[in-house]
Amino acid sequence: MLRIYRSLRYLPVFGVIVIWQILSSSGIIPGNRLPSPVTILHGFTELASEGLPPGYTLTGHCLGSLKRVLSGAAIALVTALPLGMMMGYWARARDFLTPFVEMIRPIPPLAWVPIAILWFGIGDKSASFIIFLGAFFPILLNTIGGVLSINKRFIESSIILGAKKGALFMKVLMPGAMPSIITGIRIALGIGWMTLVAAEFTGVKSGYGLGYMIMTARDIQRPDQIIAGMAVIGVIGYTMDLVIRKIEDRILRWR
Amino acid sequence: MDLKIIDLHKAFSASEGERIDTIMNVSFTVGEGKFVCVIGPSGCGKTTLLRMISGLERPDRGKILLGMKEITEPVREIGYIFQEPTLLPWRTVIRNVEFGLEITGVPKEQRRQKALAALELVELQDFGDFYPKEISGGMKQKVAMAMALVVEPKVLLMDEPFVSLDCQTRNYMQTALLQVWEKTKKTVIFVTHNVEEAVFLGDEIICFTSRPAEIGKVLAVDIPHPRDRTSPELNSIRKEILLFLAKEREKTRNVNGMFTHVHNLSEV
Repeated sequence: MLRIYRSLRYLPVFGVIVIWQILSSSGIIPGNRLPSPVTILHGFTELASEGLPPGYTLTGHCLGSLKRVLSGAAIALVTALPLGMMMGYWARARDFLTPFVEMIRPIPPLAWVPIAILWFGIGDKSASFIIFLGAFFPILLNTIGGVLSINKRFIESSIILGAKKGALFMKVLMPGAMPSIITGIRIALGIGWMTLVAAEFTGVKSGYGLGYMIMTARDIQRPDQIIAGMAVIGVIGYTMDLVIRKIEDRILRWR
Repeated sequence: MDLKIIDLHKAFSASEGERIDTIMNVSFTVGEGKFVCVIGPSGCGKTTLLRMISGLERPDRGKILLGMKEITEPVREIGYIFQEPTLLPWRTVIRNVEFGLEITGVPKEQRRQKALAALELVELQDFGDFYPKEISGGMKQKVAMAMALVVEPKVLLMDEPFVSLDCQTRNYMQTALLQVWEKTKKTVIFVTHNVEEAVFLGDEIICFTSRPAEIGKVLAVDIPHPRDRTSPELNSIRKEILLFLAKEREKTRNVNGMFTHVHNLSEV
């Protein structure tokens, strides 16, 4: 029953698509500006079977992009998490580093594109670096916040029971901050995925990447494939978030 | 091993760099295996005293000796039960009890065994797999006791551990605590502002004055356990403490009056 009800949530989306198709077919929406859903679907199948540029199929583009996003976000996680824990625990580290963080954070990841190309050249490294920048700060700030929100008594009681710094960080601070850290990861992946297309404008050597694919579709004047590519980005972003939420439910059962 | 508190003194900084004494010239000795209650007007610094004994805070002057060893930082020999239960919410009950053993590298088998024994001591052996959110407040404090006891401390400091429990649960917890104490013979310092609780539990009751807190009165309760809460002996001790506390409250009011006066002068 619940399952049926839940699938009903997508009914309005489906309805909008149907209305869109009707408006397109009746010529109210001009096809050269916004292709109809059916045309987009054609574009999509073409992308999936023949690929764009020919031979470079959609699956490859998806994997190429996912690789960049996940590697960028993974590097952000392994750097921001320990740093955030230390900044959360030691007020002095927090006082010292916060001005740097607050000055670098407002710079949009895209403003880093020229310097990224200068440092890493054109290719995967630059794109991953841009995504890393977008993903780093949400994880950092949420980790700091998570550590700060831990009940001080937990920390004191652990120290009395004999916890040294290692155990304190791994067994008290990290699990205690975990709900917040996961929120940070969710935001980070969201931002990372959003930054992706732009990051891939820095150039893609392998010829694979959704952003790169959309740019190619623009070059050959295929709005249907542009929108199909956009839709794929949306669906994958949504799926990633869903997966993390499932993982979250699993490891935060105790809440 | 006796616990000696020697000439403890602590002040805290108020605004304008002014130092306000919270604890002054506090000295007392708790014999091994004794149950001592500390009572005093609320806000008189009882918690600060307990935190200093545990090593969580340093006194400005004076020292704490456990046997021959001076306490300058938290040690496993001195366990602490906080007002709010300190169960780690992401661990099950049994894994909470195991925590103190796990972090010091006790092998898995052994720590499970010890944790079960500790849970049995507080009669919660059937609740090992529950998460803290799934058990009641009284049960949580029992688990907190097991967590503290499993690392085999010599002393147990308890800071109003039953204050947030309802009256009946509190009475039950007091009895449960006494049972545990009789089995383990730990030295206990139990802070409370509940006179009935102090009289029911303690071998000795140390009454603090209002701020700055000094020892105002020490009463021995030579009544064997289990005690009858309504017995005339217990009542007469209660009355003595209540009178003392009323007198202290009166004193505070006068002192506050004086401060207001001084304040007015400075405004002139």
